[in-house]
Amino acid sequence: MSEMKKIKNLKEFSTSADRFEGANLLCPGCAHSIIVREVLNATNDDLVLAASTGCLEVCTSVYPYTSWDASWIHIGFENSSTAVAGAESMYNALKTKGRLKQPERNPKFVAFGGDGSSYDIGFQWISGCMERNHDMMYVVLDNEVYANTGGQRSSSTPIGSSATTSPAGKISYGEKTNKKDMLGIMAAHNIPYAAQVAPNKWKDMVKKIQKGFATEGAVFINAVSPCTTEWKFDPKDTMHLADLSTDSLVFPLYEIIGGKEFNITYRPKNIVPVEEYLAAQGRFKHLFKDEYKYLIKEWQERVDANWAYLQRREEAKV
Amino acid sequence: MAFDKIELRDLEVWDGNFAAAQALRQAQVDVVAAYPITPSTPIVEGYAKFKSDNYIEGEFVMVESEHAAMSACIGAAAAGGRVATATSSQGLALMVETLYQASGMRLPIVLNLVNRALAAPLNVNGDHSDMYLTRDSGWIQLDAFSPQEAYDMNLIAFKVSEDHDIRLPAIVNQDGFMTSHTAQGVYPLTDDAAFEFVGTYKPMNDMLDFEHPVTHGVQTEEDWHFEHKARQHNDLMVKVPSKIDEVFADFEKLSGRKYNPVECYDMADADVAVFCLGTSVETAREVATEMRAKGIKAGVVGLRVIRPFPFMEVADALKDIKAVAVLDRSSPNGAAGAMFNEVAGSLINTDSKVLLSGYVYGLGGRDLTKANLVDLYKELQANADAGKLTTQQQQFIGVRGPKLSYL
Repeated sequence: MSEMKKIKNLKEFSTSADRFEGANLLCPGCAHSIIVREVLNATNDDLVLAASTGCLEVCTSVYPYTSWDASWIHIGFENSSTAVAGAESMYNALKTKGRLKQPERNPKFVAFGGDGSSYDIGFQWISGCMERNHDMMYVVLDNEVYANTGGQRSSSTPIGSSATTSPAGKISYGEKTNKKDMLGIMAAHNIPYAAQVAPNKWKDMVKKIQKGFATEGAVFINAVSPCTTEWKFDPKDTMHLADLSTDSLVFPLYEIIGGKEFNITYRPKNIVPVEEYLAAQGRFKHLFKDEYKYLIKEWQERVDANWAYLQRREEAKV
Repeated sequence: MAFDKIELRDLEVWDGNFAAAQALRQAQVDVVAAYPITPSTPIVEGYAKFKSDNYIEGEFVMVESEHAAMSACIGAAAAGGRVATATSSQGLALMVETLYQASGMRLPIVLNLVNRALAAPLNVNGDHSDMYLTRDSGWIQLDAFSPQEAYDMNLIAFKVSEDHDIRLPAIVNQDGFMTSHTAQGVYPLTDDAAFEFVGTYKPMNDMLDFEHPVTHGVQTEEDWHFEHKARQHNDLMVKVPSKIDEVFADFEKLSGRKYNPVECYDMADADVAVFCLGTSVETAREVATEMRAKGIKAGVVGLRVIRPFPFMEVADALKDIKAVAVLDRSSPNGAAGAMFNEVAGSLINTDSKVLLSGYVYGLGGRDLTKANLVDLYKELQANADAGKLTTQQQQFIGVRGPKLSYL
């Protein structure tokens, strides 16, 4: 195993040599680029990266330019996981056969996908990669919507959110179904490591990513990625939104080791009411009408119940 | 642990699937990622058994769908090594998106396509509707008429596909069941000779070369997309044919078996000919010989290289004959048959006066009988004698019910 990169402080971390260049077409205030840099900067090892079709891909690989100073591949919308699994298989083959050009290196294999690519269209591909336990990491950039194509709902879109294919209107409060528990489903593959991360909690994130890189076998990471364009907030407020998401416990941070060992990794000192999280985003604006206020109450109840469940699970060590 | 080699006999009895599996073993493929589907399943089963018995050093990844199979093949090929897989029919249909991605990304991959009908209605038997689904996918496409050729074409496919001037994936077609499950005599090369012919894989733009990071699978819009597609077509039209000829010649030197983009049988003095693919070629050759005994100067043109389509060779093969029947083993569903169109495209603007008729046959594994072909040659002779078509241009043969003919 390669030596783990030592990261002392945020300044040092944020000024690491970038293998994901600042020259890209992502929106100002997009959390994707922050998360990707945090993942990549967590290691000094060589990288084989993949991205599914989506914001990250279209904004970083428009010919004849590339934002990637690392091996990188995009095939389609549903298969960044399998692209990396294929590359990892080739690495194993060439290692066995003694044909690696740089046999002393310890490359890490990482695939990125949005929630549309991961929760929906690429679900089966990811499941296959996790089940086969490829030595790879899959990272969801979860902005809860098909942002690249203009804001259509995905199975990650939370109830009450207004998306272009589940718009709020005279007789509708928008999305009708609850967000899919993707992390739970992936952990149920009994993979070595699964975790939920957020860009604002960078120490927690780096710890988990490094743990993931040190893990032999499949790693699944779900990263909350506040989307200025589709969540509808000011681009300068990305980190504020990330703070609201973790501190309201809408996005609790935890890890699941081997599908069983459950650890909560962040307990907010002051838990923010869910209402505050919702109020900061245009996509939930309609929920503040009198007739829909019951949904805000239900949101809070759901988040409270989930937090209680996570704590019970941690305590019971299951 | 070093892998073991197999001492093969000079003459083995293999079906097309096992012949293909043996060729993949001998080529020392680095990654096979696959998903089983009838009738190609025994290729990956055979390969899996080789792996279990230590005859294979490479990775064997059984994934969860055909789309994932080709996705993994693309990732593996971009990483920089020899890659192959196998599929049929619905599996190929599920894989189609990635076929275009593999070729557009200029990645050498060998796909064994064991031809089978496409549903609905569901059918496991051989026809060429899956083969036709790959027509415009940008892959090199070869056709094997027998287990021997399934073996030979695999070795040839790697050598053409992986050439740095080519860098395009290749499909090796064989007929489902008629070739894939019919054991025949196959003369294999020794393990060493086969591997020496295919050669050690030479990586290019490989993701595992960390000194030279590469971005694969970029976005191009109206500013560059057309140029990329045009270059790919240009390479298929200009570079691939001569490379195939060169590899065919190398293979002949090694094996004594001579292959051509268009396989002509008794065409030198023929008046009439059948143009077909797959196992039908052998049946047609047998009937053609019998027709000559009856006074009809019959020949057969078998298509070995489907893409790039050998327009000049086809035109040359047919230039002096009077009538040709083009056989399509896929329902054209509202058009002339695809092969009919290609042959017509080869002949147009030439001096040839050959009369062209199209026959749709053998869908869903329906046999093409010798009696069918005897009738067909007689119709061709009648056309030749009359100097014009005596039937409608498009006919269905071997189908129950009232005769179907069109155009």
